[in-house]
Amino acid sequence: MARRGKPAYDKLVFELSSPGRMAYSLPAPDVDVEAARAQIPARYRRAQPAELPEVSEFDVVRHYSRLSQMNYGVDTHFYPLGSCTMKYNPKINEDMARLPGFARLHPLTPEAHAQGALRLVHELAAMLAEIAGMDAVSLQPAAGAQGELAGVLMIRAYHASRGEQRTKVLVPDSAHGTNPASTALAGYEVVEVKSDATGEVDVADLERHLGPDVAAFMITVPNTLGNFEPRIVEITERCHAAGVQVYMDGANLNAILGITRPGDLGFDVCHFNLHKTFTTPHGGGGPGAGPVGVKAHLEPFLPVPLVTRRGDRYALDWKRPKSIGKLQAFWGNVGMLVRAHAYIRTMGADGLRAVSENAVLNANYVMKRLEAHYDVAAPGPCMHECVLSARRQKKLGVTAMDVAKRLLDLGFYAPSTYFPLIVEEALMIEPTETESKETLDAFCDAMIQIAREAETDPAAIHEAPVTTPVRRLDQTKAAREPTLRWRPPA
Amino acid sequence: MRYLPNTPQNQRAMLDAIGARAVEDLLVKIPAKARLSRPLALPPALAETALVRHLRALAAENADADRYTCFLGAGAYDHYVPSPINHLVLRGEFFTAYTPYQPEASQGTLRTIYEYQTLIAELTGMDVANASIYDGASSLAEAALMAHAATGRGEVVLAAGVNPLYRRVVATYCGGPGLRLREAPAPDGVLDLEAIRRLVGARTAAVVVQSPNFYGCLEDVAAVAEIAHAAGAMLVVVADPVNLGVLEAPGRLGADIVVGEGQGLGVPLSYGGPYLGVFAARQELVRRMPGRLVGATVDLDGQRGFVLTLQAREQHIRRAKATSNICTNVALCALMATVYAAILGKRGLVEVGEQCMAKAHYAAGRLTAIPGVSLRFPAPFFKEFTLRLPKSPERVVARLARRRILAGVPLKAWDRRLGDCLLVAVTEQRTREEIDALAAALAEAVA
Repeated sequence: MARRGKPAYDKLVFELSSPGRMAYSLPAPDVDVEAARAQIPARYRRAQPAELPEVSEFDVVRHYSRLSQMNYGVDTHFYPLGSCTMKYNPKINEDMARLPGFARLHPLTPEAHAQGALRLVHELAAMLAEIAGMDAVSLQPAAGAQGELAGVLMIRAYHASRGEQRTKVLVPDSAHGTNPASTALAGYEVVEVKSDATGEVDVADLERHLGPDVAAFMITVPNTLGNFEPRIVEITERCHAAGVQVYMDGANLNAILGITRPGDLGFDVCHFNLHKTFTTPHGGGGPGAGPVGVKAHLEPFLPVPLVTRRGDRYALDWKRPKSIGKLQAFWGNVGMLVRAHAYIRTMGADGLRAVSENAVLNANYVMKRLEAHYDVAAPGPCMHECVLSARRQKKLGVTAMDVAKRLLDLGFYAPSTYFPLIVEEALMIEPTETESKETLDAFCDAMIQIAREAETDPAAIHEAPVTTPVRRLDQTKAAREPTLRWRPPA
Repeated sequence: MRYLPNTPQNQRAMLDAIGARAVEDLLVKIPAKARLSRPLALPPALAETALVRHLRALAAENADADRYTCFLGAGAYDHYVPSPINHLVLRGEFFTAYTPYQPEASQGTLRTIYEYQTLIAELTGMDVANASIYDGASSLAEAALMAHAATGRGEVVLAAGVNPLYRRVVATYCGGPGLRLREAPAPDGVLDLEAIRRLVGARTAAVVVQSPNFYGCLEDVAAVAEIAHAAGAMLVVVADPVNLGVLEAPGRLGADIVVGEGQGLGVPLSYGGPYLGVFAARQELVRRMPGRLVGATVDLDGQRGFVLTLQAREQHIRRAKATSNICTNVALCALMATVYAAILGKRGLVEVGEQCMAKAHYAAGRLTAIPGVSLRFPAPFFKEFTLRLPKSPERVVARLARRRILAGVPLKAWDRRLGDCLLVAVTEQRTREEIDALAAALAEAVA
C-alpha cells in the first residue's frame, strides 16, 4: 500500500521567499528616523540583517492555510486522546477572548481602569474553588505543570513554616511525567508508590513509605487507568495522620464535575487544566492555564499577586509575605481565563454535572464495545476514559503504535499510547462528552476492524498510515543527526 | 445543552449496551460519603446572548489600547498585529490540535514550529531555539536552571536592570535547587562593569543581562560576556525579539543562552498572557534544553517530514530527571510569532524597530522639553525610557488616564529609589499627534 505520488504540499515559508516581496503595511514615519539612528551607538546596531522571508500577504495566507490542512484538529477529527480531554472548544469563547477590553488590555494598566478584567479573574477563581471544594485559587500558573510546581512549593513553604524539614514526595508509578518532574524541580526526592494489578494505589506500599520525612503524596483522581480510587478518602486520611499533604493532579477533573470534589475527598491542593476540562483550545501544544486551588492552611503561600475584592473594588494584592513568589511575569494567562469563564457561565451547575455524566457514559460505552476485541487494563466501570492493551495484537506482530497509525488512515486521531507506563501496549481512550454516539460507533468499528486486520493482514497495518501528508517518520535519524532549523541550500 | 450531543434515547441505548440502569451505576466506585449531595453553587447558566452581554459589560470597564493611547511597556508592548495572524490561528486544524505526538497527522504544527525555531535562531543569532516556554520570565528561570546544570555551579548573578518581575520568577524557580542569586548594581541605569567583575567568580553559573534593560537603557552586552566567560560562567541575555531587526543579535555579542518575551511578535496584550517565552542557545547545550524541539527527518518513502525530537530530555520520558517539568507550552503564540515574522519579513522588522526607536526619541525630546521633566539615566535607549517627574508619577498617571492616555508605568512599586520616575514606552503604533498630546497633557499635569 505505497503512497500515490508526492505529498500535496512540501514548503517552508523560507522557501517561498523572493527578494523585494512584502506582506506588511506601515505608515511612512512621521518623525525623524535619521536623528534617532544617530543616538544609537554603532556597536549596539545589528551588523547583518536577520534572514527572514520576503513574501506577499497572499503567500502567507495560502502557506499557513495549506500547512493547517496537514493537521488533525478536534474541529476536523475525533481525538480520543486519553488524559488530554480533547473536547469541543466553543467558538463563542474565542469571540469573547478577542473583545478589545480583554485582548487589548495592557497588564500594567492602572487597576482602577482594569476593574472588569480583575472582576472576571476574581469570579473565575471563586467558581473554580466551588467546583473543587477548595478555599482559595490562584489563576497565575501558565499550565498544569506550573500549577504542580506552585502546589509543591506551597507545601514546602507550609512545612518550613512549621519548622519541619521533609525531603520526599510520593508519586504513584502510574503518574503523569510532570508529577515527578515538578516535584524534583521543587527540590524534593521523588519516591514511587506501587499500583496494584487494577491500577489502584497499593495502600500497603503507601503505608510503608509514609513517615516524618515525607512532605506530600501526589495522585491523579480518577487515576490514569481511568478508574476512581475507591479508597481515596482513606488514603488522604492516612496521609494526614502522618503529617503528609495530599496533592491532586486535576488532569482528569472532567470525570467528576458536580459529582465529587477534591476538597471533599481530603486533598489539600489541586490544579486545574483549563485547556482540558474547561474547553480552552490546545493550540497544537499550548497555551493552557493551570490554576491551583488550596485549603485555607495553604492560602498564605499562594503566588503573588492575588486578585482581591474590597466592597465593589478589585485589586492586585502584593502584600503576602509568606507567598512562594511569582511564576509568570504578570497575572496569569488571562486570555485563557476569559474562555474558561465563558464556558462555566454557559454550562452552569447542571450543565457541568451533565458534562461529567456524559463523559463517563461515553467512555464506558467505548470500553464495552471494544472489550471483546482488546484486553482491558482494569475492570470497569471506568470514569471518563478507559485503558486498553494491545498485548493480544502484539503477539500477532501489531503493537499499540501500529493500531494508532492505522487509525489515522481510518479518519481518527490516535488514542494516547504507551501511557500509563504500568500497562503493556497501552491504548488510552478518552472520548469526552462532546462526541456523539454515532462518532463513537464509527470509532469502535474502526478499532474492531484493526483488531481483525491484526489477525488477517498485519503487514498492511505496518504500512499505515498511507493517507496522511507523510508516512511513518524516521525518529532515530531525527535524534542522531538533529537538524533543528532551516538553512538555505548551499 | 448545545455542547452535549447525547439525547435521552442515545443515553438509553448506550446504558443498555453497557448493561447499566443509569449513569449512577457507573459511579459506584466513588464512596458515598465523598459524593456532593447538592448542586454546585455556581451562578445560573447563561444563554449565548446573555453571556455576550455579561462579558461585553466587563470588557467595557477596561482601558484597552484601542480606546486609550498606550505608552505602557515594562515587558509587554502595544505593537501592531497584522490581520492575517488572527485568521490563520483561528483555523481549527491549528488551534484545536494537540501537541504533535503523532507526527503523520501533525505536519502542519510541526512545520510551523520548525519555522519558528528557525526565525528565533536567526533573530537571536543562536544555533538552536526550542518550541517555546510560557513567557519571558519563566524562560529566564529555565535558563538559570540550565546554566546551573551545565556548569555545576550554584550562583547566578543578575543585573539590576533585569525586569524585577522576571527576577521574582527566577527566585521562585531557583528556590528548589537552592541557587544563590546575586544582584549586580546599575547605579546609572546600566551595569557597573567593575561591580560585576567583583561578583563573578568560580561559583558563578551564569551572568544575566537584559538589553534594553527594564529602564529602557542599552547595556554593553559584549563587555559583560567577556567578564562572564573569563570566569567560566555562561552569559544569559534577555532580549525582546521585535527589537532584533535593528539591535545586534545577542549571539554575536557572546550570549550562551538568549531568552525573552516574544509577545511583541503578533501576540495580543491580553492583560498579561498568554505570552511567548523565547528560548535559544548554543548548539553544545541542545541536550540540556528545556521544552520541545522539532527536527527534520524523512519518512518511509524518503520524503521530508518533521518530528518532535531529543525527547529523552523531557518529563514524559525522563520523569524526575527531566531537564524541565514543562509539558504544555504556548505553541499557538509561537504560531502567531511565526506568521508575524513571515508578514514583516526581512525589511519589515527593521522598519518596525526603526519607527519604535524614532518615535521614542521624538517623545523623549518633547517630554524633556517640559520644565522639571528630565531623562533619569544618560545611557542610550531604544523604544522605552525612564523620565524623572517633578510631581508624583502615580498622580500624573491617574490624571492622564482621565484623558484616555496611559502615560507610562510609575517605578516606585518596582524600585523605591525611583519613586519620582515614570517608564514610557513608544511603539510604531503611536503617532506624532498622540505623542504631542501626551506632551501637552503631561505639561499641564506637572505645571
